[in-house]
Amino acid sequence: MATHTPTASRRRWGSTVAGVLVLAVMLFPLYWMLNTALQPESGLLQVDPLPGSLDLSGFSKAISDQGGNLLTSLAVSLGAVAICLLVSAPAAYGLARFGLRGSRTIVFGTLITQMVPGIVIANALYNSYVDLGLVNSYFGLMLADASLGIPFSIVLMRSFMVSIPGEVIEAAQIDGAGPVRTFVRVVLPMSRNSLITSGLFAFLFSWSDFMFALTLNTTDDVKPITLGIYQYIGAHVGDWGSVMAASVLSAVPAAILLVLAQRYIAAGITGGSVK
Amino acid sequence: MTTSTVTPRTPEKASTPAAAPDPARIARRRRLAQWGFVAPAVVFMLLFFGYPLVRNVVMSFQHYTPKTFFTGEAPFSGTDNWSNVFQDALFGKALWHTLVFTAGSLLGQFCIGMALAVFFSRRFPLNGVLRSLILLPWLVPMVVSGIVWRRILDQDTGVLNSFLDTIGVGGHTPWLTSPEMALLSVILVNVWIGIPFNMVILYGGLQEIPKELHEAAALDGASAWRTFRSVTLPVLKPVITVVLVLGFMSTVKILDLILALTDGGPADATQTLGTLTYQNSFVQLDFGAGAVVGNVLILISAVFAVFYLRANRTEGK
Repeated sequence: MATHTPTASRRRWGSTVAGVLVLAVMLFPLYWMLNTALQPESGLLQVDPLPGSLDLSGFSKAISDQGGNLLTSLAVSLGAVAICLLVSAPAAYGLARFGLRGSRTIVFGTLITQMVPGIVIANALYNSYVDLGLVNSYFGLMLADASLGIPFSIVLMRSFMVSIPGEVIEAAQIDGAGPVRTFVRVVLPMSRNSLITSGLFAFLFSWSDFMFALTLNTTDDVKPITLGIYQYIGAHVGDWGSVMAASVLSAVPAAILLVLAQRYIAAGITGGSVK
Repeated sequence: MTTSTVTPRTPEKASTPAAAPDPARIARRRRLAQWGFVAPAVVFMLLFFGYPLVRNVVMSFQHYTPKTFFTGEAPFSGTDNWSNVFQDALFGKALWHTLVFTAGSLLGQFCIGMALAVFFSRRFPLNGVLRSLILLPWLVPMVVSGIVWRRILDQDTGVLNSFLDTIGVGGHTPWLTSPEMALLSVILVNVWIGIPFNMVILYGGLQEIPKELHEAAALDGASAWRTFRSVTLPVLKPVITVVLVLGFMSTVKILDLILALTDGGPADATQTLGTLTYQNSFVQLDFGAGAVVGNVLILISAVFAVFYLRANRTEGK
């Protein structure tokens, strides 16, 4: 009996070691991104496995070249989140609560949108955007990016709002609140978590969007960071240090969000993909 | 008798001002207000998903040239675009690459994701921390991951080749620069991208399986592999279907990653239906040809959408 425990515990720590090795392989590209960013002088040469000194000149170059694009990404993503929530929160409530004829068809349609390839949307959208003068505009890109988050948000928030107890909503109505007031004063505060999760994912979808940025912009007027980095490698083949520094910077907002809202992200992953 | 008790009340109720409007009209107005909640989303989705589907079909019968955007003229040209695209050898190549890329990616992502999900189902110290850290690659936009990998896979100065050189197995593999290797390399990178998603969902599914099932199998003397095959897999089937179908739909339309890694090259070795649509429409400005390839892509996705809906139904949610 006495020999049992140490072996079992050794085996469990063995699993931890194996887990760390797996993690090291999976995260290596991220490490390499950071490592290359800290060796801006390496240029087209081989990169050392460890940064010899803390050379931040790659970062300062990346910020001066790509800082504006980061701000563009931020503005476009925040706009897309706002549009996404404004459109999808009322719809989620309506689909969850009103028992409208056709609700099921709409939910079904929302699921179906996930199969439409983005490039097909861009193909048609570009032509309409030309007619509407929305090419190279912030608003046009915000709308397109909002479309990435809307179906997900509707499905996620609806599944949450279905579970709000009916008595709460009826109580508000007995107090004389109309549907809009009930929605704003009662339903939204109660759905805070699903609202945050939806907003978070809408932000991430929009932030990492490359395709709409690439296809709906023909000039440099509106250039999000993803497009900026893509064009950067075309123009700066020998300057991998700055390219990688810009790549690191492109992950920063998502990293901040992850730290701030860990539990919402976990909820979104399980809620959004399986339901 | 009952009517006599009700009748005197009716005029009383009708005389109060609150009950004056027609109840049917109130109900209709309420319905209208309720539709007001849903309508913006419906309009939005029709514009951004429904309309492009229809427009792509129309566009595939129109003749677009770079001049179209100045003149606004895209005359109908019958089935010219379709026959041109289908006669182009590149279309067949792109279709084949798409199938190989999708099948290869799904196979790799799923098998490794499943292995990791099973691995992390064991209890060991730091399990939770390691499991969340494995999601870190999601922080980086896909196109940026592609660019990082492009640096890693560089033939002369990439770290993968210098590592292989150090351990003495072929340090000069042209990962992205040879037409024979490029598609495989792109698949490997996409497997890396997909592993966390597969692992998370499959891990979640594994946790739902009642412990008693495994204990019963162990009591019956089943080996670990046998238990996995005969108990775990069948119970996990709905989750597996969802993972594979969602994986399929995000993989078949891939664009970001391939543009970042190879731009469809070398010698069109990594051209897929997604990149071909992009090339036709946005590089050659032949939106008609792009629409044809896009429609084929939709058709393939639609077939799998049927699987997706079936999977959703068996899931029972």
